[in-house]
Amino acid sequence: MTELSASIVLVEDDPPIRRFLQTTLELAGWQVHVAETGQRALITIASRQPDLVILDLGLPDLDGLEVIRRVREWSSIPLLVLSARAQEGEKVAALDAGADDYLTKPFGVDECLARIRVLLRRHAGQSAKAAQTFQFGDVSVDLVQRQVSKAGQAIHLTPIEYRLLSTLIRHAGKVLTHRELLREVWGPNHSESSQYLRVYMGHLRQKLEYDPALPTYLLTETGVGYRLLV
Amino acid sequence: MSSPARPDPDALLAQLQREEAHAARGRLKIFFGACAGVGKTFAMLNAARARQQAGVSVLIGVVETHGRQETEAQLLDLPLLPRRVVEYQGRQLSEFDLDAALQAAPQLMLIDEFAHANLPGSRHAKRWQDVEELLAAGIDVYTTLNVQHLESLNDIVGQITGIVVRETVPDKVFDAANEVTLVDLPPEELLDRLAAGKVYLGAQAERAAQHFFRKGNLLALRELALRRTADRVDAQMRAYRADQAIQPVWQARERLLVCVGPGAAGEKLVRSAARLAASLHADWLAVYVETPALLQHSKGQRERVLASLRLAQELGAETSVLAGSSLVTTLLAYARSRNVSKLVLGRPHARHWRTLWRRSLSERLAEATPDIDVYVVAEDPLRPGERPQAPQPFYAPVPTRSRWTGYAGALGACCLTTLLSLPLLHVFDPANVVIVFLLAVVLVAIRWGRGPGMAASILSVLTFDFFFVAPKLSFTVSDTQYLFTFVLMLVVALVISQLAARLRFEAQVATYRERRTRALYELGRELASALTSASVVEIGQRKLAELFGGQSLLLLPNASDELQAAGELGEFDPGLADWVFRQGEPAGWSTRTLPAAKALYLPLKAPMRLRGVLALQPGEAELLASPEQQRLLETCASQIAVSLERVHYVEVAQDAIVAMEGERLRNSVLAAVSHDLRTPLTRLSGLVSLLQAGEGAPAGGGIHSAAAEPALRLSAEQQRQTLATLAEEVQRMNQLVLNLLEMARLQSGVVLQLEWHVLEEVIGSAVRACASQLAGHQLQIQLPPDLPLVEYDVVLIERVLVNWLENAAKYTPAGSTLLLSAHTDADTLCVRLRDNGPGLPPGAAERLFDKFTRGHAESATPGVGLGLAICRAIIEAHHGQISARNVSPQGAEFEFRLPRRPSPALTLEPPLPLQP
Repeated sequence: MTELSASIVLVEDDPPIRRFLQTTLELAGWQVHVAETGQRALITIASRQPDLVILDLGLPDLDGLEVIRRVREWSSIPLLVLSARAQEGEKVAALDAGADDYLTKPFGVDECLARIRVLLRRHAGQSAKAAQTFQFGDVSVDLVQRQVSKAGQAIHLTPIEYRLLSTLIRHAGKVLTHRELLREVWGPNHSESSQYLRVYMGHLRQKLEYDPALPTYLLTETGVGYRLLV
Repeated sequence: MSSPARPDPDALLAQLQREEAHAARGRLKIFFGACAGVGKTFAMLNAARARQQAGVSVLIGVVETHGRQETEAQLLDLPLLPRRVVEYQGRQLSEFDLDAALQAAPQLMLIDEFAHANLPGSRHAKRWQDVEELLAAGIDVYTTLNVQHLESLNDIVGQITGIVVRETVPDKVFDAANEVTLVDLPPEELLDRLAAGKVYLGAQAERAAQHFFRKGNLLALRELALRRTADRVDAQMRAYRADQAIQPVWQARERLLVCVGPGAAGEKLVRSAARLAASLHADWLAVYVETPALLQHSKGQRERVLASLRLAQELGAETSVLAGSSLVTTLLAYARSRNVSKLVLGRPHARHWRTLWRRSLSERLAEATPDIDVYVVAEDPLRPGERPQAPQPFYAPVPTRSRWTGYAGALGACCLTTLLSLPLLHVFDPANVVIVFLLAVVLVAIRWGRGPGMAASILSVLTFDFFFVAPKLSFTVSDTQYLFTFVLMLVVALVISQLAARLRFEAQVATYRERRTRALYELGRELASALTSASVVEIGQRKLAELFGGQSLLLLPNASDELQAAGELGEFDPGLADWVFRQGEPAGWSTRTLPAAKALYLPLKAPMRLRGVLALQPGEAELLASPEQQRLLETCASQIAVSLERVHYVEVAQDAIVAMEGERLRNSVLAAVSHDLRTPLTRLSGLVSLLQAGEGAPAGGGIHSAAAEPALRLSAEQQRQTLATLAEEVQRMNQLVLNLLEMARLQSGVVLQLEWHVLEEVIGSAVRACASQLAGHQLQIQLPPDLPLVEYDVVLIERVLVNWLENAAKYTPAGSTLLLSAHTDADTLCVRLRDNGPGLPPGAAERLFDKFTRGHAESATPGVGLGLAICRAIIEAHHGQISARNVSPQGAEFEFRLPRRPSPALTLEPPLPLQP
């Protein structure tokens, strides 16, 4: 399955946005199936078995979060959420419910296409499960040997720093909420003390980024979480 | 012919108000008769049937047929209101159901026996009060009344017939009736009907006839009824003439003042005054003057005074209790202030020995006021068995010690004096020792009052005789001269003790008055400083508890005019409070409405309207019965009411100011938004039509369009430029809408999501968010390496930084340098953005953070001027400060400071040892 022949289910109730997104996606070479309501979306996703779903959170019949939960009951396909709400709480809720990424309306076409590509690539890579090393910028991570180097020089990470980095790598491109990261790195009992996460993220940037104040890869999604840009 | 006299405008207004009040109220028609059996109920039913046939809805509330067949026949086709069954002393009794009547709301209601007294536990004590409520609800009422039930004639009828009737109706209610129909039957005919068994059936008839239905009685009663009706017709005639201005003569209004005393004949005095006032068509006032001396009256006497005043009120007098040191002066001052022309006084029946040297009140009054007539009404002799009560001071302003303490004190004082004086006897004459004893008597009287003082007087004489007069240690006296000394000593001691005790009593009364005044003063002062109704309620309830003990509660109406208790409802009855609020009349304990209730409910009357209800359950019920306490309570209630009204109007005024401010702000928002939204929208629509035209011209290929608008064809380059401008404009619109939404969200009150953050992180994400705008500028970031964690809402602080950076990009020329720096000290975090652009316009530094303010009013740079207002709202929500200033050599500097708590201690893993 190549990236270009991928099929996408687009769930959006507003006709102009639906039309413009459908045209854009088709022009980019993907096959697009549209659905206007939550119920139709669930049926279309089940019958078409797409490679990716673009879901508007504000639907006339079902809450978008409910659609995410129902899809996640049986499928792990990438879910990109569109939301008109700028509230960070909504985004976190969607991500915690199982969405992979989000876009806040109004958004640019380029950004939308870029996010879709990342999600498709990541999903394809996950199924391959072949990667032994992971590369971003001039940082390379050997996931088998647990060794990190930057521009050829070995970097020493503490166990927690390494666990944080490897979690980000495992979900590269995806926004990870604070809660997800805390649960994966510190375990289920630490999901409330996010200041630790911020401190270790700072350490990681100090070690891996050229300008820690203006990171290029270890990005902050303010109020939501972190993302490793690839 | 003289021109028709012009009516007095005030009188016309009063007439208009009377008519308006009548229109809303129901009409009362009384079927008035000399005695039972003349056919009042029959006439009433007859009239009601006539009204019913005219289409009026009629309902019978109460009709007593006494088993008379003619009357019962009239009842058949009239609907009957079911009676309320009341359990009273183990018996099932039926009573008129007022609530059901109000519920049924017929146009006309029939209520027999106007003077009936309701069973205890009913809402009102008297049936005429039920009728008042029906009338107030707009229901017409027909009712029946006998002449002996009229309050002012009650005692006369009692004298004529020998039967005193307890159920009475105040004259003012009778006079206020819209119609009175006299149902008259000559005595002979009545006696015939009685003989024929048409009046009372069964065994009752015999007894009734013997006691009451004597021809002499019937004649007298008939005359009274006819006269009373004639008086009424006369009054109506005068009213009519006054209305029509037929006789515009200036009438000197007579005004009567009756002075009620504690004597047993107060009620008779009041009734006489009422009759006198009625015959003179005069207003009348009833007063009780409270002097220090009168405060010593017994409880029974005080209750009689109160009862007389209540009766006077029921008979239509205006009553008040005056306080003063002298009866004559106080009474006259009041009489003068109210333009009283006649004074009515009672004459004490018993001739005190005092009258020998002290002139009577009437004489003193008559002498002091030659211009006021003084009438003296004889009082009845006391009935056998009723003794004037021994004065037991009911009122005790300071807690009195037990009486025995006083007497023990008197005894102790005498013993002590004796012991002290024994050695003196060697030096002084016994006559001088007498003075020492007198001193002891004075002290005892001042300390413990009259009784112990007198006891000390007698004891002193006895001990003086026993211990100091030869032969000593015996009551016998050898020198008879000493007998005279004893008598003199006793008299002097008694007089002194009387005077001292009186002094003490007056001091106590003064203290009490002072306390009362101070309490009122304090209440007034505290209420004056109250700014919300909640604090008025708090102050009111606290002060009432201090003054009266027991429990008090204020009930205030809410927005939908329903009463709400301002505290624990406890044992108070919200239904009764609601009734008080609707009727504006006091109810509950010691009033005429539900007097069996435990608490007293007073309406809080303010000048504009009722402000609520005061409910008080006094600690000692007796204490509240005295007029001075009731006056105090009423004054408190009116002070609270006035304060509530004041606070209410303050709130109204504040709301008006807020509304005006809101209006002003909305106007400036509308002006700014309409300018700043229309401009980009005009550009957008212009650009789009440009593109459409450029697209359409070559595709359509029409000769006309091609020829007419050749200039609209866009080159590829022009199209690209237009699209880029379009995208830019859309981006700006987006920013504008975001800012507006953000401002609205912040203003509706935002809950901060405070968490511990690394400042570096929020700066990074803010810079990334405006990367495209900052492309033409040089941005430097200077952060100390050891910045601690700081607590803030990260999304909002990012907003502040983004707005700053966007502003800097917008208002400084391309290529300018921006410097973003931060530092912390012990308790603040300070973040600054400095640029080397043109700086702020002079004087704009503070205004910049106001809404809809821009540095230059008509700048071509787009934006509504919300950005910095949002920044300020965010920083102020964090309890921080934000500011802007110009810096040298050039440029502007923005700064915010956030308060900072010590960072939480983090347990971090140990850093790894450096590896080679």
